[in-house]
Amino acid sequence: MLLLILKRIGLGLITLFIVSLITFVGVEVLPGDACTTYLEREAYGAALDACIKRLGLDVPAYERYLDWASNVVRGDFGYSLSGEMPINEVLGPRVKNSLVLASVSILIGIPLAIVLGIITALWRDKLPDIMISTITIFSMTIPEFISATLLILIVAIWLGWLPGIVIIPSDATFYELLSNIILPVVAISMIMTAHMARMVRSSVIQVMASDYVQMAILKGVPYWKMVFRHVLPNALLPAINVVALTIAWLLGGVVVTEVVFNYPGLGRLVIESISNRDLPVVQALAIILASIYVGINLIADLMTLMLNPRLKSLQIRK
Amino acid sequence: MNEIIESVKNLSIGFNSQKGKQISILRNVSTNIKKGETVGIVGESGSGKSTLALAMMGYIKQGLFPLKGECLFKSEDLLKMSSRQLEKIRGRKIAMIPQNAGQALTPNLKIGYQIDEALKLHTDLNKTERDKKISELLNKVRLPSPETMAFRYPHELSGGQQQRVAVAMALAGKPDLLLLDEPTTGLDVTTQAHVLELLRFIAKDTGTSMIYVSHDLGAIAQVSDRIVVMYAGEIVLEGPARKILKEPIHPYTYGLLKSIPKLSLAGLPASMPGSQPQPGSINEGCSFYDRCNLATDNCKKNSPDLEHIKELDTNVRCFNYKELINQNNNLQTSITKKSNNSEANEVLKLKDVSISYAKQKFFDQLLNKISDQNPTVKDININIKKGETIALVGESGSGKSTILKSIAGLLKTKDGQIKFENDRILSSDLKMRNPNDLRAIQLIFQNPDESLNPNHTVEQILSQPLKLYFNLSGEELKKNIIDLLKKVRLGEFYMSRYPRQLSGGEKQRVAVARAFAAKPDIILCDEVTSALDVSVQAAVLNLLQQLKEDLGTTYVFVSHDLAVVRAISDRVAVLYQGRLCEIGPSQNVYKFPSHPYTEVLLGAVLEPDPDIKPKLVAEDIVEEKPPEKGCSFQGRCPRKIGDICNSEVPPWQIGENGNAIRCHINIEELASLQQ
Repeated sequence: MLLLILKRIGLGLITLFIVSLITFVGVEVLPGDACTTYLEREAYGAALDACIKRLGLDVPAYERYLDWASNVVRGDFGYSLSGEMPINEVLGPRVKNSLVLASVSILIGIPLAIVLGIITALWRDKLPDIMISTITIFSMTIPEFISATLLILIVAIWLGWLPGIVIIPSDATFYELLSNIILPVVAISMIMTAHMARMVRSSVIQVMASDYVQMAILKGVPYWKMVFRHVLPNALLPAINVVALTIAWLLGGVVVTEVVFNYPGLGRLVIESISNRDLPVVQALAIILASIYVGINLIADLMTLMLNPRLKSLQIRK
Repeated sequence: MNEIIESVKNLSIGFNSQKGKQISILRNVSTNIKKGETVGIVGESGSGKSTLALAMMGYIKQGLFPLKGECLFKSEDLLKMSSRQLEKIRGRKIAMIPQNAGQALTPNLKIGYQIDEALKLHTDLNKTERDKKISELLNKVRLPSPETMAFRYPHELSGGQQQRVAVAMALAGKPDLLLLDEPTTGLDVTTQAHVLELLRFIAKDTGTSMIYVSHDLGAIAQVSDRIVVMYAGEIVLEGPARKILKEPIHPYTYGLLKSIPKLSLAGLPASMPGSQPQPGSINEGCSFYDRCNLATDNCKKNSPDLEHIKELDTNVRCFNYKELINQNNNLQTSITKKSNNSEANEVLKLKDVSISYAKQKFFDQLLNKISDQNPTVKDININIKKGETIALVGESGSGKSTILKSIAGLLKTKDGQIKFENDRILSSDLKMRNPNDLRAIQLIFQNPDESLNPNHTVEQILSQPLKLYFNLSGEELKKNIIDLLKKVRLGEFYMSRYPRQLSGGEKQRVAVARAFAAKPDIILCDEVTSALDVSVQAAVLNLLQQLKEDLGTTYVFVSHDLAVVRAISDRVAVLYQGRLCEIGPSQNVYKFPSHPYTEVLLGAVLEPDPDIKPKLVAEDIVEEKPPEKGCSFQGRCPRKIGDICNSEVPPWQIGENGNAIRCHINIEELASLQQ
C-alpha cells in the first residue's frame, strides 16, 4: 500500500515536471520575450539590453529553466513583470480568495448534490424526482454567464438584497469576503450541484437494480437500513472521482463566474496575466493549477482504493 | 407432513405493454407446498419460474404487478402485506438462496457482517451468541476455516464458497421455507454436485421445505420430491418427481427429457422444433400447440385445463396425454451420428504448445527472456484429423478456451507450434497469418448476444465474410446469404432482422451461418450451447452435426458439459489446469479405466434420473495456479499414490481401447481400482 502511494506521488511529480517543461518551452518559442512585451515600443537599444540583463534573459534557456525550477521547488516563483512585485505576493491573496470561494461552494454544493441525487433515485419517476430532475437539467443547460447575470439582475438590482459585484481589495479578510460571495457561490453551485446530482442519481439507480439489493430486500432488511448499508457505500464510490474533478475545477478558477462578479480569484488572474503577457505569472499559474489537479486526483484515487475492498485486497495481493 | 405451508391460488402476474395492453407472464398458477417437502420448479428461460418463486416471497419485480390470485403463506396473502409485515417474514419464515451468490452478496460488506445482519433481524441473540452462531453456520455449510471466513469480503471467495455463504445466510433466520433460484447454475460440475449434496443434507437435517427453481432437470432430479413443469407462464405438468422424470405424460416434458444429452448414450439427443412463445403472443389454444407432435385441431382452438389424474397422482395440461402413457422406453434413445473416417489426413497439429498469461517484466522484455516457468497451458500435443469433432473438456480454469484462442490466433503461444495442412506452421500472431488461413479457421462464440453486432441486420452480418473472403456482391451475394440461412434452417425473411428480434437459438444459428460463410476447414466452437435452453441446445447440436456430415468440416469443440461432449464428439481431450490428462475416442474416455480427474468429472455429472446419484470423490477446492512440478491434478486427486505425484510429471499410458491416460498408476491397476 505504502509503495503504491509512493509510486503515485512519483508519477504526479513527473507529470508536474513535464507540465513545467511544456510551459517553459511554450513561453520560449513564442515570438518576443518578457522584455519586448514589457517595454513595448521602447524595446530597442540600451533599454532593451538593460532589461534583458536585469531579467537574466542573456543566459542560455536550459540554465534559465534550471534556475527557475530550483527556485520554484524552494517556493519562489520570481517577479511579476506588470506589478514588479514578487509573484508570491501577487498569488497569495488570489489563492486564498479562490480557496474561500471553492470551499464554500463545495461545503454547500456537494452534500446538496448527494442528497438530491439520492432523493431522485429513490423516488424515481415519482413527483420528487420529476421536480428535482427538471430543475437540475434546467440549471445544467443554462450557461453560467447567463445564470450569473440573471442572478445579479434579480437579487442585486431588482431586490437590492446583496451587492451585485464584488468590490473588495484582493487582500480582504475572510469575513469581509463571506457576505460578498453569496451570489458567486449560488451561480457556481447551480451547475456543479446539478451535474453531480445527476451522476449520483444514475449510480444509485444502478445499484438499486443489482442482485445484492434484491437479496437484501428478500433477507428482510428494512428499507432505510438497506439504503444506508447496502446501497449508498457502493453507489457513492464512483462519485469520489467526479467530486475530485469538480474540486479541482473550482480551485483552478471558475473564470467566467469570477469575471462576471469581478471576483479577485485565480481564474481572473489567469486571464489578466495572459492579456498582459506577464509570462512569469503565467508560468507560475500553470504549475500551481497542475499541482492542484494532480494532488486532488491523487487523493481521490487513494480514497477509492481505501474504500473499495475489492481494489484494496487486489493491491495487497500483488 | 401434510400440512400446507404455502399455497399459490390462481396467480397471474403481468405488465402493461407500450400499447397499453395487459400482458401476463404467469397465468393462473396454483400449487401447494407442504411441510418438509422439496418442490422442483422447472422450465426454460421465459417460462415464468423465477417470477413465480419471487412472488412466493411476496416480491414482484419492478414493472410487473399481480393481475389476480393470491400467495398464501400460513393462510395470509403475501401480496397484500405491507413492506413492514413482509420484513418480518422474509429471512425469518421464507428465505432465499439466490442464483448468482457472487452478485447477490453486497461487495462492500464482510461475510460475517452479512450473516450477522440476518441474525440481528431475525433472532434475539446477543453479540457473543451471534458470533458463535456465525461460525456454527459457516461450519454447517462446510466452509474451510469458518473462524477467519467471517472477516473476508465476498470477492475473496470462490464461486462455490460464495454459494455456501448464501446458504448460511438463508439458514440464519431458521426459515420454514427455503427458496432456491437456480442455486447451482454457473458453478463448475464438481462444485455443483457438492452444493446440491449440501442442500439435500440441510433439507434432511432441518426439515425445511424447499422450492428449487432450475432449468436443469439433472439438478432438479437430485433434490425434489415433487416437480412442477412450467411452460409459457403456465403449469403444464405437476406430480411426484420419479413419475415426472420416468413417465412424463405431457408432450413438452417428454420432449424436454429427450433433448437432454445423457452420459450413457452415444449419439445426439432429439430436438424439439421451434421455441417458447413470447409473453402476450398466445391468444387462444394450447401454448405448446406449435411445437407439439400430438396436436390436433382441438388444441389449436381450446386451451386445455390442468387435469388431475388420480392413479398417477399427477396434474397435466394436455388433451392427448393418454398417448404418452407407456411410451417411455423411447426416452432412452438418441440419434446415431455418422462417425468420421479414421484414415483421414491430419489437418491441425498442436505440438508442445504452451501459453502464458503472465506479463513479461520490463527488463525481461529487454533481454527477451521468458520469465514464466509455469505457464497457464503447457505441453499440449493434439493431432486433429480432417472431418473429426474433437472436444476439449474441463472445468473453468482448465485452459480449454485459452487453447482455442491461440488456435484462432487471438492469443500468442509461448512455446510450441500450431501446424495446419501439410505441417505448415501457423504464426501465433494473427497479423502474420495469410488471408486464406484466416478464412480456413473460424470461431463460434459462447454468447451470440455479444458476438453479433446489435446494429447490423442478419444480412449485413452474413455478408461481411462473403465480401471479405470471396469478393461477392449484388445478386450473387444475396443468393449466398439465402443459401447460408437455408443451411441453418432459417427462412429468407430473417435477412432484414436485427439480432434483438431473434430468439437465443436463432441468434446462435446466425452465428453458425456466419462461421460457415467463410467455407472454413476448421470451426472452433467455444461453449456454443451453454447459453441456450436444453431444447434449443439439442437443435443446435443436431444442426452442427448435419452441417459437418454435409460439408466435411472439422470441429474443435470446447465445453464443460460432459454429456454434450459425449453427444457431439468423436474424440475427447480432458484438461486440468492447462495440462492434458486424458485423450482418446469418446466412447472409450467415457469408459473405465480413466484418468482420476475424468473419473471425478464423470461422477459429478447430474443425470435427469432420481436413481443415478452423483459420486463425489474429490473435494471441490479451487486451485488458482497449476502446480510447479509433478502431476497437474496432485492437489485434488482421490487416487494420489505419494511423493512421485508431486515431483514427477506422469507418463502417458495407452489403454487397450486406444485412449491415452497420463497417470503414475499403472493402467491395469487403475482399471481394477475403478471397477
